[in-house]
Amino acid sequence: MTSTTASTRWRLKEPSIIPGFGLTLGFSLAYLGLIILIPLAGLIFRASSLSASEFLSILTDERTLAALKISFGTALIAALINVVFGVLICWVLVRYDFPGRRLIDAMVDLPFALPTAVAGIALSALYAPKGWIGAWFTPFDIRIAYTPIGITIALIFIGLPFVVRTVQPVMEEIDREVEEAAATLGANRFQTVFKVLLPSLLPAIMTGFALAFARGVGEYGSVVFIAGNIPYVSEIAPLLIVIRLEEFNYAGATAIATIMLVISFAMLLIINLIQSWSRGRYGHG
Amino acid sequence: MMEVTVSNVTKEFARFPALNDVSLDIRSGELIALLGPSGSGKTTLLRLIAGLDQPTNGKILFGGEDASHKSVQERNIGFVFQHYALFRHMTVAENIAFGLNVRPSSTRPPKNEIRKRVAELLEMVHLSGLEKRYPNQLSGGQRQRVALARAMAIEPRVLLLDEPFGALDAKVRKELRKWLREFHDRTGHTTVFVTHDQEEALELADRVVVMSQGKIEQVGSADDVYDKPGSPFVHRFIGEASELPVRVENGEVWLDDRTVGLKADGAAEGPSSLFFRPHDIEFLSGCGGCFDGVVVGSRRLAGARRLELELGGSQYRVEVDVPVDHPAALRSQINFRPKHWQLFPRSA
Repeated sequence: MTSTTASTRWRLKEPSIIPGFGLTLGFSLAYLGLIILIPLAGLIFRASSLSASEFLSILTDERTLAALKISFGTALIAALINVVFGVLICWVLVRYDFPGRRLIDAMVDLPFALPTAVAGIALSALYAPKGWIGAWFTPFDIRIAYTPIGITIALIFIGLPFVVRTVQPVMEEIDREVEEAAATLGANRFQTVFKVLLPSLLPAIMTGFALAFARGVGEYGSVVFIAGNIPYVSEIAPLLIVIRLEEFNYAGATAIATIMLVISFAMLLIINLIQSWSRGRYGHG
Repeated sequence: MMEVTVSNVTKEFARFPALNDVSLDIRSGELIALLGPSGSGKTTLLRLIAGLDQPTNGKILFGGEDASHKSVQERNIGFVFQHYALFRHMTVAENIAFGLNVRPSSTRPPKNEIRKRVAELLEMVHLSGLEKRYPNQLSGGQRQRVALARAMAIEPRVLLLDEPFGALDAKVRKELRKWLREFHDRTGHTTVFVTHDQEEALELADRVVVMSQGKIEQVGSADDVYDKPGSPFVHRFIGEASELPVRVENGEVWLDDRTVGLKADGAAEGPSSLFFRPHDIEFLSGCGGCFDGVVVGSRRLAGARRLELELGGSQYRVEVDVPVDHPAALRSQINFRPKHWQLFPRSA
């Protein structure tokens, strides 16, 4: 019988035979401070030069609200779509061996490597009302480019590898015996997938979702080309920040940036909390 | 209660035969062990019975009914895996209830009945009170018992266990072995288990199926396979074996040019292999027809001392066991004769 480890959970890691804990921790903290915390602190410092009422009026400005809604809304939808199809792609890559599998596997990484502007230009050319794909939708009066749909498509493109690359290694480690056990207990294929396999992938899927979502919220390069950037309709928050900067309205830009930072941080924190809860429960993630 | 018949089953993996024309009758309510070294085909046979793999040729019958083309789900077997294969995102209770919960609503028992059944099973495997734990909060022995309770929940016709104790340490293994025997005696399920541990097979099983290279070498009780091994392989694989190349001539056993005082009535004449157990010998003083060995090595075993002897002018080596206080020293002479032995013809 093992006693619960909860009581010892917050103790610092015991010194191990690997030396240099103090040194490496110190370095890590200094590095993270330099790379992440100082720029963010600068941002908040800049924003704090605004009075509360000024800050609030920028925040409640309709154009700001619309931009935030579009940014977070499209990122959320894109991340959800990526979860569904990303997991599907993982399944195909992990479970089946077919000619060209390695090629497809490598292709998944393309959105990582491609300059986002190139992707944006290509996508907007395709989905424009006269583009190869966009033309198919014009007769039905559906416009893809220059609407939130176009933004979502760009974010799906950008976010896909995050889901695939997080879920794939975990899926590869699923023990075949677990599926066989489910079958011997009478579960059909559908039940095995939805009651046994997917739940055990859930922590990895959530990580992939969080990464794709975070990337989507911050994405700029690929979106600005396909979005059309019509205020109140298809203007994303990062673009609005750039517009404010170009107007030399630094306080306005930092206010929007700060609120994005706060929302993103809160969402990632929640996702992380859910993850650590599930990891504590079944000891993996 | 269900008997299982394996009839002329062959299984090939990518043209490599894993099982070669195997037939076996498993009686209803029997606890039977498939014993063999790795690669002998024992796990393959178990998986074929379960329906996790399909035979290349041959049939598997459950109670006289051909099950060869039935899916795993239809066969209603309980299968326990070596590495437990528990669902790690489910609690112990959810794991055990899984087989009942996935049934179509027409045959699924009501919720409170499932809960009652889970409680009964937990008690049966001595894990009451742990229903809310997750598998990674349990020890290996506890996990394996959860796996067994999960397999039993669907009231299987046959219980199949694949090296059920293989991943556990020796002490837990011994406890679980005893426990499984009691469990079987209480529930009376037809049970087949795979093991490479002969001690486990002999102690636990009503009958032992000794397998080697995709074939069944011998089927019999522990007494049968230990005392009357049917082939040199079985003799070498089960228990300790000392082996000497001898010759049968005129109904007597000869080692080179001398008789060793063993009558070989009914044995085929010609070159043979003589097998005996190192501990099953008698010592003689003076040798007018026995084995005459020189001690060249000595090792302490738990309850005895094992001597390595050279025979026939350093040509052959055999091992015999002597009491711990035996005065045999290196280079001293020992005369002995096996009390029980077995002869197998040998191609010259």
